[in-house]
Amino acid sequence: MKKDQFVYVTYIRTTPEKLWRALIEPEFTRKFWCNTTQESEWKPGASWKIVAPDGMLTDSGEVLEIEPHRRLVLKWRNEFRPELKAEGYSRLTYQLDKEGKSVKLIVIHETEKEGSKFIRAVSTGWPHILASLKSLLETGESLEETREWPREACK
Amino acid sequence: MDAVFKALADPSRRTLLDELRKENGQTLSELCEHLETTRQAVTKHLVLLEKASLIAVVWRGREKLHYLNPMPLHEIYERWIGKYERHRLQALSDLKKGLESARHTARRIRRGGQKKTKPKKAKHVLRRTRDRRSLK
Repeated sequence: MKKDQFVYVTYIRTTPEKLWRALIEPEFTRKFWCNTTQESEWKPGASWKIVAPDGMLTDSGEVLEIEPHRRLVLKWRNEFRPELKAEGYSRLTYQLDKEGKSVKLIVIHETEKEGSKFIRAVSTGWPHILASLKSLLETGESLEETREWPREACK
Repeated sequence: MDAVFKALADPSRRTLLDELRKENGQTLSELCEHLETTRQAVTKHLVLLEKASLIAVVWRGREKLHYLNPMPLHEIYERWIGKYERHRLQALSDLKKGLESARHTARRIRRGGQKKTKPKKAKHVLRRTRDRRSLK
């Protein structure tokens, strides 16, 4: 998995535990991830999906590695845009490192495909969603543009 | 930003960034192949690059993978290069590339005993560059 990738590093004033919950629990993801929720049993090999507020399946895959509060690796495929779905599975890594009073969050979304339309699409969405996540955890309020579905950031 | 400039001030570290640009997500062993130095020295360089946030290091099983993080360089770019300059610089850079490849062609033609065509080619490249820019 080294062909096309999106890499993002951000520091958030929070704890690894809070950040972990924000990344996967519906009450948080609804606020900064376009009102979507994620469903999974959160253990290796478990299926994983993102569901829009109208019930539409937007992305799906599988939990590849999970180490709570530390790292999560997902197999990930878009489900609602045929040209992106056709590219097959990508790999998403979250890594959380405590640094002082903050957490360094690394997000890597990668695919084996060169010139991937999927990676191009997520590269415009991720910065907005991750900035909103940071705002939510630090101020209690997410960015308005990322609260509703459908929004540009979540396509 | 000091950490970024310090990290960039060393040719070995720039080589490491170039190699990650070519292929992102390399292990320490893979990166060592590009430099004629010890593994320990490469490790030190990588620590400095990581501290400057120029690379992001993630665990994959028992290995560490190194990824280029473009954000700090983007911040430098944003700070010193304005949005109007960006287009002008891109046009000039395209022109240079175009002319240099044209010169290469001209030299080849000359070697074949034909007439020099450089100025004409330059004009052609300039027009092509301008057309391409205005399309964007």
